[in-house]
Amino acid sequence: MAEVGLRGLSKSFSGVAAVRDLTLTIADGEFVVLLGPTGAGKTTTLRLIAGIERADAGEITIGGVRVERLAPAARDVSFVFQQYSLYPHLSVRENLAFPLKAPGRNLSASAIDARVADVARMVRIDHKLDNRATRLSGGEMQRVAIGRALVRQPTVYLMDEPLSSLDAKLRAEMRVELKHIQSDLGATILYVTHDQTEAMTMADRIGILEAGRLVQIGSPRAIYEDPANLHVAARLGTPAINLLPPGLLPGDAPAAARTIGARTEHLSIRRAERGNGRIDWIEHLGDQNHLHILVGEHKLVALADPYVDLRSGDSVEIGLTRPLFFDDTGRRLA
Amino acid sequence: MAEIRVEALRKTFGDFVAVRESSFTVEDGEFLVMLGPSGCGKTTTLRMIAGLELPSSGRILLGGEDVTMRRASARDIAFVFQLFALYPHMNVRRNIGFPLVAQGEPRAEITRRVEETARLLRIDHLLDRPVSGLAGGDRQRVALGRAIVRRPKCFLMDEPLGTLDAEFREMMVRELRELHNRIHATTVYVTHDQLEAMAMADKIAVMNHGVIEQFATPQEIYARPASMYVADFIGAPPMNFIRFDGTVMAGDRSVDVKGRAVAVPRQHEDAGPGPLALGVRPEHIRFDDAATLRGGVYAVEYLGTTQIVTVETPEGVLKARVAADAPVRVGESVGLALNAPRLSLFDAQSGRALRSDLYREEGRG
Repeated sequence: MAEVGLRGLSKSFSGVAAVRDLTLTIADGEFVVLLGPTGAGKTTTLRLIAGIERADAGEITIGGVRVERLAPAARDVSFVFQQYSLYPHLSVRENLAFPLKAPGRNLSASAIDARVADVARMVRIDHKLDNRATRLSGGEMQRVAIGRALVRQPTVYLMDEPLSSLDAKLRAEMRVELKHIQSDLGATILYVTHDQTEAMTMADRIGILEAGRLVQIGSPRAIYEDPANLHVAARLGTPAINLLPPGLLPGDAPAAARTIGARTEHLSIRRAERGNGRIDWIEHLGDQNHLHILVGEHKLVALADPYVDLRSGDSVEIGLTRPLFFDDTGRRLA
Repeated sequence: MAEIRVEALRKTFGDFVAVRESSFTVEDGEFLVMLGPSGCGKTTTLRMIAGLELPSSGRILLGGEDVTMRRASARDIAFVFQLFALYPHMNVRRNIGFPLVAQGEPRAEITRRVEETARLLRIDHLLDRPVSGLAGGDRQRVALGRAIVRRPKCFLMDEPLGTLDAEFREMMVRELRELHNRIHATTVYVTHDQLEAMAMADKIAVMNHGVIEQFATPQEIYARPASMYVADFIGAPPMNFIRFDGTVMAGDRSVDVKGRAVAVPRQHEDAGPGPLALGVRPEHIRFDDAATLRGGVYAVEYLGTTQIVTVETPEGVLKARVAADAPVRVGESVGLALNAPRLSLFDAQSGRALRSDLYREEGRG
C-alpha cells in the first residue's frame, strides 16, 4: 500500500470543468471518501488516478512516484465499479483468481489457491467458491467483485459507488464489512459516492466535492459538527439541517449572519401556550420521532425521543441549542 | 372518499397461493402501507382492490359497496405507479388536466380543478411551463397532480418512489404525507421499503408469503412486533435476536439465557422447553461496564445524531445504537446492558411473540 498525492489536478471536457485544481493527499492505509452529487467530479477524479483519463494540469503521485505519464496497467491501482462485471462463464473461484493469472505475474497454482481462499473468507463467499458467477445473488456478486479487487494487493483501491446496486439491508452489512477489511489489510482506499451514510460510516476522512472543487475535507465528525459552509452543512445529516433566517427563533446572531443552520437534534422544544411554533405532524420512525413544526411560514424538522408526549396541533416553544451561522455567500461565521 | 373493506380475500395462480384469506379495513381517510419483500402478495392485493386482478374468493367493499367483480374503470379509484410518466409534449396544465379531458369534463371545470390541484401541490406558478424543463421534484408533483385531479374515492400506489435516489425519496415521502394531511384521501400504498412505511403510514400491514403477519400503527409494529419476521423487517438496523433453548412460565420476570438470568417484562404465557429468542432493538442496548454480557467492538458507524456499534458477543453479533458522543473504539471490550421493559421474547420455532406486560399495554408508543 502507498500514499496517493494529487496536486493542482484539473480536467475539462469540451470546455466544461469537471475537476478544478484538486489537491489532496490520501495517506498510506487511509480510507478517504469523496462525497458529492452527480457531476461533482468524483468519478473523473478516480479515472484520472487510474489513468483512464489524462489530466489537463496537475500532478499525481502514487507511493511518491509521479504517474501521470504511466499507462493504467503500470500504475498498480485496482478499480471497483458500480456494476459488478464478473465473467459469467467462470466460477467464483476462477473469477477471483483471474487477476492473479495475468501474464507476467508468474504465481504458482498453490500461491493463487491460497490467496483466493484468503480473500473469499474475507468477503464471506468461501462457501460458494465453485458456484457459477451467474448463480449468485446481487449481494454475492458484488462481494466477488470486491474480492477480485482485493486479491491483487495493489498500491491503492479506487472504488466508484460499489454498493449502490445493493438493497438497503445488504448495503448496510457491506459497509461494515468493507470498512473492516480495509482496516485489517491497512489498505489505501479512495471511494466515491453520493450516499452520505456510506461516507459518514466508512471514511477516515470525507472530502466534499462541489462542481469539481474540494470544498472541505476532514473526519466525518468534523465535517458534520463543524461545516465550512452552507453547502457542506446541507450535504450531511438525515433529516437535513434546518436553514432559517436570523430572528425567526430567539437568540443572538452575528451581524453578518444571513442564514442560521439548526440540526434537527439541536432544537429545544417544549409544549407552551402561545409558543412560537406549532406541530404540524409527527413521523414515527420507531427509534425516534421526527416532529414537523411550523414557525410562521417556515417548516422545521426536529428529532424527538419516541416517548416524548407531543401531538400534532400542539403549540410549542422552540429554541436553538447549537446554531451555526452563515454569511450572505454561505460561508460559515465563527 | 371512502372506507376500503377486504374480506377473506384469496388469490391463487395455479398451485401458487399469492394471497391467503386476508381481511382488513382501511378507514375513510386512512393511509395504509402494505409492506413486504417481493413475492409476498402485497401488489396482488393492491391489484385486486384496483380491479386489475379478480380474487379467487373473498369480497372487496369500497364505501360499503361490493365492487369485487366490478371493472377497474367503474371503481372510482386512482392507481399511481412509478410517478415519473408524463406526456413530454404537453405543458404542466395539460398533463394535470388530461384525465379530466379524457372523462369529457367541461373546459371551465377542468381549468378550475387543475388550478386547485396545482395550488395544493404548490406548482401553480409552473402551469404553463413545458414538463421537459422541470426539476425532478416538480416532475413528481405534476405526476401526482394528474393522479389527484380526479378526486377519486381512494388512491392506490404501487412503489411510486421506487426508482428515486435516497435523498430525493426522503423529500417525496414528506411531500406525499403532507399532501395526505391536506386532502385526507383513503390511500393504500405498497412498498418493500420499511422507512417509507414507517414515515408515511397511519397503519402498516406487514406481509409474508401471502399472509398479513401484523396490521397496526408504525409505533405498535416497531415496539411490539408480532413475530420475528416483522421484528427483522422493521428498523435499520433491525431488531437483534439472542437465540437460546429454554422455558418460560407465565409470571416470570427473567429468563435463563445459557446460565445467565436476563430480566424481561413479566410474561403472560408458558413456552418451551424449546428454542426461544430474546429480541432487543439497537437503542435498547446500553454500554455498562458492570454488565455480564460482554463483547468486542467489531465496527463503529458514526451517523451524526447517533452511532451504530457492532459488537461480537458469545451470543452472536449485536448492534447497539448509542449517543454520537459516546467514546467507543474498534477492538475494545464493552459490557452490554439490555433495557428490560422493552425486550420481546419469541417462540423461535413459530417466530410468534410471547405475550407479556410489554405486549399488553396496547396503543401506547
